[in-house]
Amino acid sequence: MTLQMNWSRASTLLQRLGSVIGLVLLFIVLSVMSPDFLTTGNLLTVLRQVSINALIAFGMTFVILAGGIDLSVGAILAFTGAITAGLMASGHGIVLSVGAGLGLGLILGMVNGVLVSWGKVAPFIATLGTLTLLRGLTLSYTQGSPIPVTNQSFALVGGGYVANLVPLPVIWMFIAFVVCGFLLRGTVFGRHVVAIGGNEEAARLSGVRIAPMKIAIYGLSGLLSAFAGIVLTSRLYSAQATAGQGYELDAIAAVVLGGTSLAGGRGWLFGTLIGALLIGFLNNGLNLLGVSSFYQQVVKGIVILIAVLLDRRQ
Amino acid sequence: MRKLTFLAAAAATLLAACSQQGPGESAPAAGSTAGGAAAGGKPVIGLALSTQNNPFFVELKDGAQKAADASGVQLVVVDAQDDPARQISSVEDLIQKRVSVILLNPTDSSALAGAVQSAQRANIPVITLDRGVDGAEVASHIASDNIAGGKMAADYLAKQLGGKGNIIELQGVAGTSAARERGKGFDDEIATTGMKVVAQQPANFDRAQGLSVSENLLQGNSDVQAIFAQNDEMALGAVQALAGKNKKVLVVGFDGTPDGKKAVQDGQMAATVAQQPEEIGRLGVETAKKLVDKQPVDKSIAVPLKLLTKE
Repeated sequence: MTLQMNWSRASTLLQRLGSVIGLVLLFIVLSVMSPDFLTTGNLLTVLRQVSINALIAFGMTFVILAGGIDLSVGAILAFTGAITAGLMASGHGIVLSVGAGLGLGLILGMVNGVLVSWGKVAPFIATLGTLTLLRGLTLSYTQGSPIPVTNQSFALVGGGYVANLVPLPVIWMFIAFVVCGFLLRGTVFGRHVVAIGGNEEAARLSGVRIAPMKIAIYGLSGLLSAFAGIVLTSRLYSAQATAGQGYELDAIAAVVLGGTSLAGGRGWLFGTLIGALLIGFLNNGLNLLGVSSFYQQVVKGIVILIAVLLDRRQ
Repeated sequence: MRKLTFLAAAAATLLAACSQQGPGESAPAAGSTAGGAAAGGKPVIGLALSTQNNPFFVELKDGAQKAADASGVQLVVVDAQDDPARQISSVEDLIQKRVSVILLNPTDSSALAGAVQSAQRANIPVITLDRGVDGAEVASHIASDNIAGGKMAADYLAKQLGGKGNIIELQGVAGTSAARERGKGFDDEIATTGMKVVAQQPANFDRAQGLSVSENLLQGNSDVQAIFAQNDEMALGAVQALAGKNKKVLVVGFDGTPDGKKAVQDGQMAATVAQQPEEIGRLGVETAKKLVDKQPVDKSIAVPLKLLTKE
């Protein structure tokens, strides 16, 4: 009897920690198979590679928790990156350029929220529309060619290190994680996000103001995408017109791998971080092992499918 | 328990995919799965491709792979899917793998400087293929010999036209190295013959612009025997501009794209100066091998082009 109770408690824990166990297993497999995997240099490299996806995925977690989806994140990243680099190229300072980029991301995200809440457009369609619109605007603004960044201090945002060891993007990622984690677990805002995703009608009846909440949620997603865009632009020494293509899918994959339900209402931010790390270590490990990029996609696809299957069975 | 089974299955799938593709991907390797030069045995060379969705780069990879098999080095290929951010990550992975040399076919010449510098800090020489990198020194740059290609086109026309005739030249995007070098090779060689370039104008490597620019130039120059376009797209535009007119004008393109080759086969274009991506890949690996063996290499290696005609 006692044994059975313990076992059921353990199995609940297993469900919750599925992604963590997956990551640990992946870690062990890769450490055994590649001697170059388990080195400080490599682990920090992967953390830096993961940071862009993680920043976007944190915002995506809020959107998906509230029962929505945001396909425009990659396009917002490219557009705000281009505007930030463009402002700097025309002689504006870092603070103004970065501030404008972040502000623009927030506004673009809020536009998504307005379309979804007041416009009653399905999130998939609304953000597909803004994705296409912003891609077009980015191409016309940049004329299709990269905007180079020459500002050396800006280059530090994505290329700098703390204590000559920890890459700055990793620091940004952890700051964003702590702030978003607090927003989700420690504030009324976070509880309302989960309530909307669980049952929107019930949330509305119990006094949650749905429209402003959705505008804020998509705004947060836009803001974090813009932040990712600025870090990426800095890291590439240039804003690329075609940057961020397909990033929406990587972010959604991170959220789902982390155990957040695509149906909304159930999930956690720590899972998203683990999901992003899973994707990052998978990419890195397969590169270290010399696996062809075609098979890499196959492996990633299988892992995502397994995560979704786990989600369905819960 | 079921979850555990799932996760075990996931790990197993991963393992299966890896062990199949690990060493086998590059060569019938005799040793273990892993290791850069430090692990002993075969030297490992990394090839960071911009994309494999374009036949040009697939041929480049195939050429590199053949050369690697022939010269006993292991080739690790990573693909950026045309995303500079992904390419930086994959170059970093190659650095962590401590490959002996990195062959880099950049997605973009402005974004990869940082990655090249990281490689150099790790004492891994970088060789750029097809496209260069701005803002960083590389051990060698291997690309088509565009000047010689332009000369080749001019020589071909001189032979066909008996050294006499008027030519229209369609230029590529102003300021690009391809447009500059192809134009220089062509113009310099034409100057040594009795032929004359009567009009030249940019059509930006674009088929539609090639059509309209050709129409305009043909309007103003009735006595024209040939059109030289600095790429196949513009040449195909010129072919369309000539379609209604019943007079013989030789069109020569550049690149040897599938459409270009087909137009040459169909007799619509007289010739195209084809690039040899396989050759770029082969020379890349051979140059990397020289670096591994501590032999000197040339800073810049020009890969010959090949004139394709109907025969």
